[in-house]
Amino acid sequence: MSALRRYIDHIKPHFQKGGKFEKLESTFEAFETFLFVPDQVTTQGSHIRDAMDMKRTMSLVVMSLIPALLFGMWNVGYQHYLATGEMGAGVTTLDLFWEGFKLVLPIIVVSYVTGLAIEFTFAQIRREEVNEGFLVSGMLIPLVLPVDVPLWMVAVATAFAVIIGKEVFGGTGMNILNPALLARAFLFFAYPAYMSGNQVWTHGLMEGKGIVDGFSGATPLAQAAEGNVGQMPPASDMFFGFIPGSIGATSTLAVLIGALILLYTGAGSWRIMLSTFVGGLVMGLILNAFAVNPFMEIPAWQHLVMGGFAFGAVFMATDPVSAARSRRGKYIYGFLIGLLAILIRVVNPAYPEGIMLAILLMNVFAPLIDHYVVESNINKRLKRANLQAA
Amino acid sequence: MSKVYKIKKGLDIPLMGEAEKVVRQGEPARYYGVKPIDFHWMRTKLLAKEGDRVKAGSPLFFNKLQPDVQFPSPVSGKVVSVNRGERRKILEVVVEADSKMEYEEYGRGEPRDMTREQVTDKLVKSGLWAFIRQRPYSVSANPKDVPKSIFISGFDTAPLAPDHDVMVKGEQENFQRGIDALSQLTDGTIHLNLNAEYPPSEVFTRAKGVQHNYFKGPHPAGNVGVQINHIDPINAGDIIWYVYPQDVITIGRLFEKGIYDASKIVALTGSEVEKPLYYRVLRGTSIKPLAGGNVKNGDLRYISGNVLTGKHINSEGYVGFFDDQITVIPEGKYHEFLGWAMPGLNKFSTSRSFFSWLRPNKKYRIDTNLKGGERAYVISGEYEKVCPLDIYPVQLIKAIMIGDIELMEKLGIYEVDEEDFALCEFVCTSKTPVQSIVRKGLNMMIEEMT
Repeated sequence: MSALRRYIDHIKPHFQKGGKFEKLESTFEAFETFLFVPDQVTTQGSHIRDAMDMKRTMSLVVMSLIPALLFGMWNVGYQHYLATGEMGAGVTTLDLFWEGFKLVLPIIVVSYVTGLAIEFTFAQIRREEVNEGFLVSGMLIPLVLPVDVPLWMVAVATAFAVIIGKEVFGGTGMNILNPALLARAFLFFAYPAYMSGNQVWTHGLMEGKGIVDGFSGATPLAQAAEGNVGQMPPASDMFFGFIPGSIGATSTLAVLIGALILLYTGAGSWRIMLSTFVGGLVMGLILNAFAVNPFMEIPAWQHLVMGGFAFGAVFMATDPVSAARSRRGKYIYGFLIGLLAILIRVVNPAYPEGIMLAILLMNVFAPLIDHYVVESNINKRLKRANLQAA
Repeated sequence: MSKVYKIKKGLDIPLMGEAEKVVRQGEPARYYGVKPIDFHWMRTKLLAKEGDRVKAGSPLFFNKLQPDVQFPSPVSGKVVSVNRGERRKILEVVVEADSKMEYEEYGRGEPRDMTREQVTDKLVKSGLWAFIRQRPYSVSANPKDVPKSIFISGFDTAPLAPDHDVMVKGEQENFQRGIDALSQLTDGTIHLNLNAEYPPSEVFTRAKGVQHNYFKGPHPAGNVGVQINHIDPINAGDIIWYVYPQDVITIGRLFEKGIYDASKIVALTGSEVEKPLYYRVLRGTSIKPLAGGNVKNGDLRYISGNVLTGKHINSEGYVGFFDDQITVIPEGKYHEFLGWAMPGLNKFSTSRSFFSWLRPNKKYRIDTNLKGGERAYVISGEYEKVCPLDIYPVQLIKAIMIGDIELMEKLGIYEVDEEDFALCEFVCTSKTPVQSIVRKGLNMMIEEMT
């Protein structure tokens, strides 16, 4: 490694102020600090520091997304083979995975390349180090999209999310909305034909060639919304994720594996995850109690394994930047997300998946929730002072 | 009745190099230093020039912002240098010690028989008033104030912190005399806070005229700020004073002998010390006779104080005014290949992504590497785990960053000192310089108030 280190030290001056490539300073630094933890030592305050840093935190989250990603690739192939009727004795798991891999990889590449290019540019303009936040967003974006989304749309949505959602607010850590969800919402409202309906979730269905008769491609949520509750797949299929849907969001099991990694390492907030699921369950029960149609009669717990609810609760609601930051605020924030997600899902037929809008809405309210939580601390302090004065 | 306060939030950082509970007589140093930078809100005015002869207890300088507070020389000898930093700010005044000690005489007295004015006068004249500090702001106390209470923390929970029981051993009378003096200065209570985890020294438990309180839990349970927050929180306009136990003893000796007897015990600690022990030394001693020959090879950082809040000094630097600990740890000036991605069996972290959590009793040799770059705030909930104050730390820090005085006040800045935020700084994933931000906020408040 010392040879590599020597080479980096050798070329470094070119990328610093006054060097040939000074415009690439942030980019160079990003790659350098990726390869080597900097030799910077503490100069003020605490002389020693926790070994944790942003790179490790973010890569942990990316790692926790891997199960959902791998399963998603497999499921893309699986749904495609089902639709074309090619699922026969000779088809192996690897074939299915390979089919999905070929379709999903370009989306990931486009998402990362677009997003990172923008991040690097802004970092250079601000003369800052490149923030690691996009490593996570860049993986989340593909996972919440349908597989047949055109690549240029991925690029446009990513650019929109990073520039309008994040950079205009001051960059990583300052954004109000979750960038990955913003990308999805952007596409949902700008290009609804590619983001909703029964055709988009399975590869090849929009083209319509070679699809077996009777294959609808409808997600369980769409079927429920149409009142065809009887045609919904068994809950176990929804839990394991053998259903059409966004690339990485169908398998509750894969999401839970990711959740375990997040909770275990402390990278994700258990308060938010727990309260989101509780909120969803509570709304499910309320709907059950006042059920007037088959969708409202679906057992409350089933809502938690349908659609993207679990994925949103575990990976999107817990985004520390756009979520509530106080402990009490996190409970309130998560609970309302769960509540709203199921409410939107069942009551508003225009949005079969409510979790996206529920999280975005609560993103906007998170600072307000925090404000009132902090305010109660302030009031307590004021009261104490007044008591003493009296 | 003494009460036990349980502290749940906090963190004990398991470092190597705890001092063995053996006290040695430290070899006398040639040079002694008194450092204005140990005090906040300070504008130094010299009272002794280079070349002047001083006695032990002669004032070396005073604070122009609080002219009553002056700072005595710990030894008799010659002022050899006044070291300055940026913009000619005075960093330290160095005295070369005589072989035979001469003391400035301030007269004996039994504090119990003295009036408040007489006690104050003796402390101010002798310069020992500098040992008394106040909250809010952690600046020198104003002799004209009457604090609502005085706090003494009888234990230290910081990493590798010395054991106060070892350091006060045999000083029962002087400690009591110091308490007697302090009790003349307040109409309120003197709170003596002790560790509930083990039976404390009799010097503390037998002390009269104090209220004993007991604390249980991880660092920062020993911080006086945490204790104040739990026992007698500060509201706007309140003033609380605090003094360290060995400084109480020094004050006691002043009344007993009429002189500034600067002897105290310090612990030499840290992973790079060959034999970590306690030493009886004079305040402000150069660490050269203690650390020289007793440290391992390599690029080392010498710290006067503990690793969280101490000050960086060089290998011949001087022990800080309030410090009773010297820590020596390795510098961390190296590049680590893919360091952020490694399993991290030998890295200490509060995050369980490092596999070192598998060995809960392991002690660590932690160096000074920053271990990552500074970032914007992304992670939430980190500070709250290690901050036992009834305060929202991140919100307070953000209020300071934007300079919102009113908000800072509302969020409780009067109750804090930077040392109470040292653990927040340690755990911060974004490597935010928390302590210097808090100090900036406190300085803003002082400016606003005066």
